[in-house]
Amino acid sequence: MLSIKNLQVSIKGKSILKGLNLEVNEGEVHAIMGPNGTGKSTLASVIAGRDIYEVTGGEILFKGKDIFALAPEERASEGIFLGFQYPVEIPGVSMTNFMKTAVNEQRKYRGLDPLTSTQFLAFMEEQKKLVEITSMLTNRSVNEGFSGGEKKKNEIFQMAMLEPKLAILDETDSGLDIDALKVVANGVNKLKRPDNAFIVITHYQRLLDFIVPDFVHVLFEGKIVKSGGKELALELEEKGYEWLKKDVN
Amino acid sequence: MKNDIIISEISLKEKLIHHFEENITTLTADETPLFKEIRLKAMDTFMKKGFPHTKLEDWRSTNLSKSINKEYTLQLGNPEVKLDVSTIFKCDIHHLDTFLVTLYNGWFLGNEDITILKDGTIIGSFSKACVLYPDLVEAHFSKYASIENNSINALNAAFALDGVFIYVPDNVTVSKTIQIVNIINTEDNLFIQPRNLVILGKNSKLQLVHCDHSIEHKYTFINSVTEIVIGEGSTVDHYKLQNKDNDSTQITSTYFNQAANSTLTSNVITLNGGLIRNNLYVKMEGKGCTANMNGVFLIDKDQHVDNFLLVEHCNTDSVSHQLYKGILDDQSMGVFTGHILVKKDAQRTNAFQNNKNILLTDKATMHTQPHLEIYADDVKCSHGATVGQLDQEALFYMRSRGIRENTSRMLLMYAFAAEVINKIQIVPLRKQIDELVYRRLKGELSDCDQCILDCNANRQISFDIDLSRL
Ligand SMILES: Nc1ncnc2c1ncn2[C@@H]1O[C@H](COP(=O)(O)OP(=O)(O)O)[C@@H](O)[C@H]1O
Ligand SMILES: [Mg+2]
Repeated sequence: MLSIKNLQVSIKGKSILKGLNLEVNEGEVHAIMGPNGTGKSTLASVIAGRDIYEVTGGEILFKGKDIFALAPEERASEGIFLGFQYPVEIPGVSMTNFMKTAVNEQRKYRGLDPLTSTQFLAFMEEQKKLVEITSMLTNRSVNEGFSGGEKKKNEIFQMAMLEPKLAILDETDSGLDIDALKVVANGVNKLKRPDNAFIVITHYQRLLDFIVPDFVHVLFEGKIVKSGGKELALELEEKGYEWLKKDVN
Repeated sequence: MKNDIIISEISLKEKLIHHFEENITTLTADETPLFKEIRLKAMDTFMKKGFPHTKLEDWRSTNLSKSINKEYTLQLGNPEVKLDVSTIFKCDIHHLDTFLVTLYNGWFLGNEDITILKDGTIIGSFSKACVLYPDLVEAHFSKYASIENNSINALNAAFALDGVFIYVPDNVTVSKTIQIVNIINTEDNLFIQPRNLVILGKNSKLQLVHCDHSIEHKYTFINSVTEIVIGEGSTVDHYKLQNKDNDSTQITSTYFNQAANSTLTSNVITLNGGLIRNNLYVKMEGKGCTANMNGVFLIDKDQHVDNFLLVEHCNTDSVSHQLYKGILDDQSMGVFTGHILVKKDAQRTNAFQNNKNILLTDKATMHTQPHLEIYADDVKCSHGATVGQLDQEALFYMRSRGIRENTSRMLLMYAFAAEVINKIQIVPLRKQIDELVYRRLKGELSDCDQCILDCNANRQISFDIDLSRL
C-alpha cells in the first residue's frame, strides 16, 4: 500500500532524511521509534504533503500512485491520515463543521454524494461511541483551549470520522496519562481492519503494550537503521538508542 | 432642482465656498439665529482648513485627492421625490421587523415627515425636527461634532439640510429596531451630506441599524455626520452596514456621547466600498459607562477602508473594548487608528484595544496605529495589533483532512470574521450578516445583490475575492 524508496528530504538546506526505505502493506501495524530530532515527524509530514520540506530524492507510492503529484487534500482523500504531534488550534471553526466539511469533501473526491446533516450527525455519534470520546470536544472550536490529552484524543476521533486506509500517528501517546493512552490505543484497535494499515510513531514501549505492532523500525539520523518484530521495542526500552550508533557508522 | 449646481475639481473647495456664499440666504431662510451662526462659523473653518490632506497626522494614510478631483452635483433643495420605497427595494432581514427610515440621496423620504410612536419616541426628518423641536435640536446639534478644528464636520454643518432625527424619551425601550437606509440613486455624481441626530433620555434603549447602499453607480461623495446622545443609564446598540460600490467615497463621522452608566455597542461591518473613512468618536462623559466597539471589513481590488476611533474616558469606572478586524485582498489598503484618551480624573478606567488583519496578497497593505494617551494613574489599558497571512499551520491541518485549499482558506477567513460577527446582538441581523460575509468570501455577493436590501439593479458587478488565489 505504501512504498517509500530512498527518500531524501531537507529543510532550509539541512538534510534530514537521508535515503529512507519503508514498505507497508494492508492489515499491518508498523511502529517507528527513535530519538528526538531524528526525522520521524519530518517523514510523517512529507507523506501528508507539508510543503515546507524539500524532497531532494527518492519516491513515495501510495496504492501505486506517486503521491508527490497530489495535493495534501488529495492524499487525504486517497486515504492517508496524519495524527499530528502538535494538533493545530483553529479558533472560530467548530469541530462539527470542520469534520462535516472534511467528510463531505472526501466523499466528493471519491464521487459519493455528501452526507446530509442528519446522516452526518448520526455517523458522528456512532464514531464517537466507537472511540469512546465524550461529546464535549465536538461542540468547541477545533482544538481551541483543549488540554494536551484532549487534543490527542481529538486526533483519534478525526481518524475515526475519516476512516483512512493508512493512518500515521505521530507521538499521539506523548504526554498522556494511562487512561488517555488507552483511549488512543483502543481507537487504533477498534479501527484496525484487514484492508487498512497504521504507522505508529512513538518514543515509548508503553504504547506498544496496548497496540501490538507487526514491525518495529528504528529511525536514526535520517535512516531506518534497524527493523524487527515487537521484541525490538523491548530491546530499545532496555538499551536505549546508543548501541545503534555503532551500526550506523 | 433648479438650484442644483455642478462643482468640479481643482477648486472643489472654492466652488463649495462660492456656492455657500451665493446661497446663504436660501440656506438659512427659515433657520434660528443659532443655526445660522453655526453655519457661518463652520464655513469659516472649512475656508481656513479645506479638505483633510495627507500631511495631517490623522489623515496620513487616506488620500482624498482622487475623490476631490471629480465633478459633483450638490442638491440644495429637496428634490421632493414622490416614490414608493418598496418599488426600489424591500428589506430582507428575515424575521426582523424594523421601523424603516429611508434617506434618498441624502433626503428624508417618507409620507410622514415625523412619526410619533405610542411610547413617545419621535422618528423623522432632521429638517422637519429643526422646525418642530428647535429647542431639542439646538441643545445638541453640533455640540459633539466640533466644527472648530475639524473641516469635515465643518463642511457638513455648513451645508447640512436633512437626515434622520430620533428622540427617545426617558424610560422607553423602543420596541422595534430602527433601520436607517441611505439609498443613493442618481444619474449625476452627487455630493451628499446627511446630518443625523439621535437623542436618548434616561434609562432608555434603542437598537439602530444604519445601512449604506448604492443603486446607481456614479462617483458619489458622501460626508455624513451623526450625533448620538446617550442619556444616563441608557443603552444603544448601533450597527453600521456598508455595502457600497467601488466608485463611491464615503466619510462617516459618528459621535457618541455617553452619560453616566450608559452602555454602547457599536458594530461597523464593511463588505464593500470605494474609499471609506469611518470616524467613530466615543466620549464617556459620565461615570460607569461601557462601550464596545467592533468592526470588520472585507476588501479587495483598489478599495480603501480607514477606521479612525477616538475613545475618551472622561470620568471614573468606565470600560471600553475595541475589536477591529480586516481581510484584505489584491492591492486594497486598510487603515486603523485607535486613540484611547484617559483624562486625569478618569480613575479605574479599563480600556482595551485589539486590531487584527489578514493580508491575502503581498500587494495589500494595512496601516495600524494604536495611540494611548493616559493622564490618570489607576488605569488598566492594553492594545494589540497583528497584520499577517492566513495561519499556514491551520491551513495545512485542514487540507490534511481532505478539505480543498480554497475551502480551507475560506473557512479560516470566515472564522476570522466570525469573532466580530458573533458579537451582533440582534439574532436575525447576525444570521443575515453571517450569510453575507460567507457569500462575500465565496465571491457570490455583489453590491446589487440581496444584501440587506433587495434592489433590482440594472448593473451587476461581482466583488469576488479571487478564489484561485485564496
Ligand atoms: N520547521 C523546521 N525548520 C527547521 N528545522 C526543522 C523544522 N522542522 C524540523 N526541523 C529539524 O529537522 C530535524 C528533524 O525533526 P523532526 O522530524 O521533528 O524530528 P523527530 O520528530 O524525530 O523528533 C530536527 O533537527 C529539527 O530541528
Ligand atoms: Mg516529532
